[in-house]
Amino acid sequence: MDLNPRFRFETFVVGPSNRLAASAAQAVAQAPGTAYNPLCIYGKSGLGKTHLLQAIGHGALGAQPSLRVRYLTLEEFVEQYHAAVAAAQADAFRQSVQETELLLIDDVQFLAKHREMQSELLRLSEALQVANRQLVLTSDRLPAEIEELDERLISRMSGGLLVDLDAPDYETRLAILRRKAEERGTAFAAGVLETVAEIGAANVRELVGQVNKLLAFQAVSEVPLNPAGARALLTGGEEPEEGAAAAVPAPPAAAPAGDEFSAFVSAVSRTVAQSLDAWRARVGETVMRWQGEGFRTGRLEQLLQSPAPPDSEGEIVRFEADVAELRRLAAEVAALDPGASGHARFRDPDRLDEARGFALRLREATAPPPGPSAAFTLEDYVVGAANEPVVRAAKLVAQEPGVRYSPLFIAGPSGVGKTHLLHAVGNALAAGRPGAVVACLSAQAFIEELVAAIDGEHVDWWRRRYRRVDALLMDDVQLVTGKDQTQEELFNLFNALADAEKQLVFAADRPPAQLPGIAPRLVSRFEGGLVVELVAPDRPMREVLVRRLLDQHDVEAADDVVRYLAARPADSARAVQGMVNRALSTMDPAEASLTLSAARLAVEGRAARPSQAQAISSLIPASSGLDPLLASREKLVWDWPEPGDRLIEELR
Amino acid sequence: MSLVNFTTREITCKIVYYGPGRSGKTTNLQYIYGQVPDDRRGRMVSLATQTDRTLFFDFLPLELGSISGFTTKFQLYTVPGQVYYNATRKLVLQGADGVVFVADSQIRQLDENLESLQNLHQNVLEHGIDIRTLPMVMQFNKQDLPRELILAPQELDDALNFRGAQTLSADALHGQGVFETLKAISAEVLRKLSESSATARRG
Repeated sequence: MDLNPRFRFETFVVGPSNRLAASAAQAVAQAPGTAYNPLCIYGKSGLGKTHLLQAIGHGALGAQPSLRVRYLTLEEFVEQYHAAVAAAQADAFRQSVQETELLLIDDVQFLAKHREMQSELLRLSEALQVANRQLVLTSDRLPAEIEELDERLISRMSGGLLVDLDAPDYETRLAILRRKAEERGTAFAAGVLETVAEIGAANVRELVGQVNKLLAFQAVSEVPLNPAGARALLTGGEEPEEGAAAAVPAPPAAAPAGDEFSAFVSAVSRTVAQSLDAWRARVGETVMRWQGEGFRTGRLEQLLQSPAPPDSEGEIVRFEADVAELRRLAAEVAALDPGASGHARFRDPDRLDEARGFALRLREATAPPPGPSAAFTLEDYVVGAANEPVVRAAKLVAQEPGVRYSPLFIAGPSGVGKTHLLHAVGNALAAGRPGAVVACLSAQAFIEELVAAIDGEHVDWWRRRYRRVDALLMDDVQLVTGKDQTQEELFNLFNALADAEKQLVFAADRPPAQLPGIAPRLVSRFEGGLVVELVAPDRPMREVLVRRLLDQHDVEAADDVVRYLAARPADSARAVQGMVNRALSTMDPAEASLTLSAARLAVEGRAARPSQAQAISSLIPASSGLDPLLASREKLVWDWPEPGDRLIEELR
Repeated sequence: MSLVNFTTREITCKIVYYGPGRSGKTTNLQYIYGQVPDDRRGRMVSLATQTDRTLFFDFLPLELGSISGFTTKFQLYTVPGQVYYNATRKLVLQGADGVVFVADSQIRQLDENLESLQNLHQNVLEHGIDIRTLPMVMQFNKQDLPRELILAPQELDDALNFRGAQTLSADALHGQGVFETLKAISAEVLRKLSESSATARRG
């Protein structure tokens, strides 16, 4: 049988009479099969057993949509069982029921009529319990009071948790009435619902009936219903007796007929209602409501202690706003760390600041780790003979993360493009698997985050944040040298990610074995994948690099300029870039092309002699096949020393 | 002394029936006990001598249920009327929220009434309470007896009620005036709620 969508925890009004049952039901819905098994809810008709039972179903499905939940009344259960027996499918039926992960059976008191089902239910409950599957039962009386119920079944039903639902008290009745009126979109005059709550109803169904009666009356009546009218309507025309509270000193004529005690209680009720200030009642009602929902109400209780009527409405509004924020924070925290949302700080509006701080820290600590910089891509990475194997390995890693080379360890001196390659791999990994979390950061950032996490006492969250990543790429690993705790964290993270077959890429200024002050267990792990070395770019690579850098700045340059710049000694891509930048900086902004002389001026720091240089360079045809290194300053003296220099030279 | 606990949402009233021996205090309680539905009454504790005189005190707890959201309980006590049980009387009087003085309307009992009233004042004073602030009503019991044996309510009022408390006539044995008295004292006691609810509250 399908669950009724109206019967949810959100629509169940909790009060002292049903708080235990509601909490137990919530606990079961959150973790079926673990908290109370079986859970047995009993209470008189119309107090919300079915509502609560189905709310468990909704709650559990909300938490785990794939859960197999089944809701049956006992009659349906019996009917289905009989049908299965008739079709010789009793075993299949049993099997299917036993596979239910959350079985909700309503109205088990009817077991008295079906003695043959008792042993079936006993067997079923045993099977479910063994398999840690949840059974929830409701009954209109205690199991022990169900006639002719098998002793073993009684003990089993009582063995989990047995909770009762009691008739709602005044506040709960009022809360139910308000909610019902709200649901129907009807507003009653002040005091009407309070009057109905005071009249009292034996159960919620009766209460709803009373609301319906009022609604029907109000719909056809031209004047809004007042409290006295409501009372008259619901109690069959009896107008409330006025002034019956005070007893008169004259001797009573005769013993009053009827229920003296009830008259006394109603007289006391009137006096109490008059005596308790209305604001106290309102604050008290709010206290009850929020206590029912599990919130601390110290602030409001303090309000009740104050003698003069304060701004109680304002206080209530502020309190409820704080509660709303606490709920929002708790929901946010629950999404990040389910265990942390249950903390008392999320139930006490007086600790709102603490809750805010906690959520903020959690938010910071659980934000996705830093990702790769979009500025670096594999396409931009200049490939040459020297780095070709490394780039090939990087591309394979990007294609098959966690499978081919994990970890990939890129070693090489500063400026050879390790960082570029690392981020480029990171970007390729992220692009290959949309939604994947790729952490790409320097070891320095990792250390700083760890220190902040230790400082803020949220190392656990910080760890979880990194354990969630789909790939970890770490630059400048040499910086963890001598930092034992970072190494410890890195070691554990490494193992966790490696076990989960996540891709790991590291970069350092030298191969793992040469890294000083790094624990051998880490070194051996770094070496366990593939260690590749990036070397200084060779001349053809430098040429490509120079051309690309010039292109990036939309600067035209003749081949000889490019060749000249590429021929300058540079032990890293960064040095080439620096040189090109220097050349560009000397350019006239109005010009769009870089001349050789300008380049030389920038690189060598003085004006070249165009006549001579060009004269000589023209002697060497571009296609002469001579070693292009001949153009290098180290090999060829272009500039003769000044006479003064020459003099010193000769004096030697 | 307290009445209303807003934190636990409880109203507790302790009402003491005071008066000379044999004036009908226990009879009042017994009548009330008889009228209370089974589910609302606690067990009436009565420590009586073999001759049915109250030896120690009677105690009748009444559960009035939820009133305006407050679980309301009344605790009715009687004191032993005999002069020599003053220590008990003092003890029972401790923490009382209201007093019903049950006077014996018989002419020959007037002195006992006066003596008991003085004793009440003295005991209240010894508890450090200003008698003028303690809610009290007077019940002139046994008004059903032949006229020649009793004093009329007005005469009793003149003789005893120098504080101007509310007075009620009663025939406790038959229940006349019993609940009226209880209502009157309850109203007095509860009226104090609004006046002193800020101060007269138990933590």
